[in-house]
Amino acid sequence: MQKTINLTVNGKKYSDSVEPRLLLIHYLRDVLGFTGPHIGCETSLCGACTVNVDGKAIKSCSMFAVQADGRDVLTIEGLAKDGKLDPMQDAFWSEHAAQCGFCTPGMIMTAKQVIERNPNPTDEEIRHGIEGNICRCTGYQHIVNAVKAAAAKAGA
Amino acid sequence: MASPTITKTEKLVGKRIKRLEDPRLITGTATYVDDIQMPGMHHACIVRSPHGAARIKSIDVKGALDTPGVMAVFTGKDTESVGPVPCGASLPGLRVPHHHVLAIDRVYFIGHPVAVVVASDRYIARDAADRVEVVWEALPAVTDVEKALEAGAPAVHPEWPDNTAFNYHQEGGDVEGAFAEAEVVVKQRIISQRLVPNAMETRGVVADWRSGDKTLNLYSSTQIPHLMRTLVAQMLGLPENHLHVVTPEVGGGFGSKLNVYAEEALMGFVAMKIGKPIKWIESRRENFMCTIHGRGHVDYYEVAAKRDGTITAIRLKLIQDLGAYHQLLTPAIPTLSVLMMPGLYKCQNIKADIVGVFTNAVPTDAYRGAGRPEATHGIERMVDILAAELKMDPAEIRFKNFVGKDQFPYATATGLTYDSGNYSAPLEKALEMVKYTELRGEQQKAREQGKLMGIGISTYGEICAIGPSPATPAGGWESATVKIEPSGKVTVMTGVSPHGQGEETTFAQIAADELGVNLEDVSVLHGDTAIVQYGIGTFGSRGTAIGGTAMYFAIQELKEKVKKYGAMLLNSDDVTFADGKCTDNKTGKSKTLAEIAAASYRAMKLPPNTQPGMVATYFWEPPNFTFPFGAHIVVSEVDRETGEISIKRYIAVDDCGKIINPMIVDGQVHGGVVQGLGQALWEHAVYDDTGQLVTGEFMDYAVPRATKIPWIESAHTETPSPVNPLGVKGVGEAGTIGCSPAMVNSIVDALSPLGVRHIDMPLTPEKIWRLVHA
Repeated sequence: MQKTINLTVNGKKYSDSVEPRLLLIHYLRDVLGFTGPHIGCETSLCGACTVNVDGKAIKSCSMFAVQADGRDVLTIEGLAKDGKLDPMQDAFWSEHAAQCGFCTPGMIMTAKQVIERNPNPTDEEIRHGIEGNICRCTGYQHIVNAVKAAAAKAGA
Repeated sequence: MASPTITKTEKLVGKRIKRLEDPRLITGTATYVDDIQMPGMHHACIVRSPHGAARIKSIDVKGALDTPGVMAVFTGKDTESVGPVPCGASLPGLRVPHHHVLAIDRVYFIGHPVAVVVASDRYIARDAADRVEVVWEALPAVTDVEKALEAGAPAVHPEWPDNTAFNYHQEGGDVEGAFAEAEVVVKQRIISQRLVPNAMETRGVVADWRSGDKTLNLYSSTQIPHLMRTLVAQMLGLPENHLHVVTPEVGGGFGSKLNVYAEEALMGFVAMKIGKPIKWIESRRENFMCTIHGRGHVDYYEVAAKRDGTITAIRLKLIQDLGAYHQLLTPAIPTLSVLMMPGLYKCQNIKADIVGVFTNAVPTDAYRGAGRPEATHGIERMVDILAAELKMDPAEIRFKNFVGKDQFPYATATGLTYDSGNYSAPLEKALEMVKYTELRGEQQKAREQGKLMGIGISTYGEICAIGPSPATPAGGWESATVKIEPSGKVTVMTGVSPHGQGEETTFAQIAADELGVNLEDVSVLHGDTAIVQYGIGTFGSRGTAIGGTAMYFAIQELKEKVKKYGAMLLNSDDVTFADGKCTDNKTGKSKTLAEIAAASYRAMKLPPNTQPGMVATYFWEPPNFTFPFGAHIVVSEVDRETGEISIKRYIAVDDCGKIINPMIVDGQVHGGVVQGLGQALWEHAVYDDTGQLVTGEFMDYAVPRATKIPWIESAHTETPSPVNPLGVKGVGEAGTIGCSPAMVNSIVDALSPLGVRHIDMPLTPEKIWRLVHA
């Protein structure tokens, strides 16, 4: 049994026939080739697969592709515009917030949501905001610095 | 015509340079194994044992094979000719069980692979795996390492009923004499629990058999591409030069990918059988069950001392939980603990007995620190226990026992030679940062108010830059090829295999400084056995200290060649190479590196006895390990009502030798400390008595999350290593090694008014609450 879905990903329209059980993350990665979001656990516990759906950061391993029918999806690949990095990407680079890089795309998508909801977050609020994303390399400190730097830049 | 001049005079080593690898990571355009797609690619799902120990009565694959989209199913009988999974370590009398890639008639741990299903789609492969019918006869299992040594315990391998894989003894000095004369002896059983490394990228393999060339392309998330090529070629019976290993972007390793696993050879076997590319991506659940674990020690320590606090002898009985098999380095890991037993202290009487024990669990092997965190936790806990016994200050007892800064090189009783050090310096700095004297006063007041405040110190040493070849199972050198291209751009091919450590940047910083070119003009390649000369890989904090040094020496050879070409082009016999150009010392005329490189490839004229081109390869054999050190201090408070711990301050002063990029070094320290906190406070791989892994998911196994982590105040002292010309020592594991004893010492200190002398990790709130309310 297949179902046709129509959705927008990174500003482009897609129409595909998919199995209802196909996870959104597998649709994005294996069908559309957006391999930026990663699969770290498949159980919504690590956040590596985080993308933005209709303005909300969601863990795309816990959503079916058919649930994204009619929606607007943004992945890490859609952030930079005309070769210009998003300020959060830039801040992750400047503050050395990525080591192995595997959690990074999901972490950046979550971090963007943190400062969208709270443009001037405290360290504690940042840590709370990214709690659902596991990073095993950085110890989070440089990530917190990056989110602060991006927030400061946005507020400047 | 030569390209525009690319010279620079600004030095990059020592600066906070943004990483060159980051643009692909922050834009989601890096290629990890699971990002690889190929025409006709199939997917594998592995059927695994649900029992800790069982006999396989029968396997029926018909249901799986009948599933539309399934191409093949293979069981242990099909793969008998593959393997065995290699153990690279050797010890006298070591018992090595034959480790098939798929179990044949018996399984030894939860997750033990028994069959592989191959299908056109990953969902179909997983569906069909559920249709493989295995009839099991469950057997008694043993997972507790001390119970496994008891008479009558279930035998993990029936041929060795005592579950003992090896006994190892090492001794230096006169231990018995020192204990006989001791004024004070302290003893403690100390556990370093089993941990799951949990790289965020699980393991994964893509195998692609090129039947026309009889060549296997193997893409694997590993730390050791070349060793994998040698070993997997042996497992598959392929000529080594017909196996091509590619390490794409690797999402963390921490030692767990310093290995050759059954799945790498198994996917090669499958690809050769089906004639299509095959992909296997480990699930997180499989990663918990089937990728190596770390630690797994039960240690019995005895320390002899004088009443003035001088440590005179250390005796250790080390029981190592090996799991069911030896993976690549499993039995070697506890021997590293023994080497580091004296820590930073000048004790010359050391005795250790290791017993390596089989259990019905996944093998233990190298996990960040590999043997050194266990040793450091042991000695640093014992020093605190001794200080408490003698009513001495824990800082004072450490200063008293440190190897003096004028004693280097220092020969230990365990056969090592510490290269350089100033062990008091980081402790002095850390005490100053925390305002130690005032802080003890504050603690006194807090205690009077009934608060449980603790101050914990650890002063750690580690053995890095592993290491001289005679001390390693597979060669401890490293290689580099450096090319100055005709345009003057620089390409470095390193034998190490970075996976988050940032060596594409730090190596470029070193090369740019040496050759006087811009950072962006250097490209560092690694991890492809068809591109890079044989190398050993990234582990044991060796990347920059050994791989960087190999590159440094290759560059020195090139500089000589550049000078020869420069002298020829300038018609001079007196030239200097600096800042990216060769200058005639008499006339002041110069040629740029790009002009010289172009001339070397164009080769209209050659200097005497000189080949065309500008390429040098260097294999560097280190004369010794390096020995970084440092001091960590944790200030904490325990909540009497809940047993919860809050960390008020975390101070890390590390000395990793010369620092190439302070930003990257801080990142390594932070990450290391947080993995150390994970062990100290939360993480524990728990098996029940039947061999079931109780903590087999992120839901049950608590890796550190951002809210749980204190701000880490990081500082450094810089004592160069004389072992290599860069003066670097290594920093990848330092944080992990220094952390856990500082954390535990802090909580023991907090609870010491209640009579607590030792607590085993992890320091869960329940455990602490019970101690407070005992």
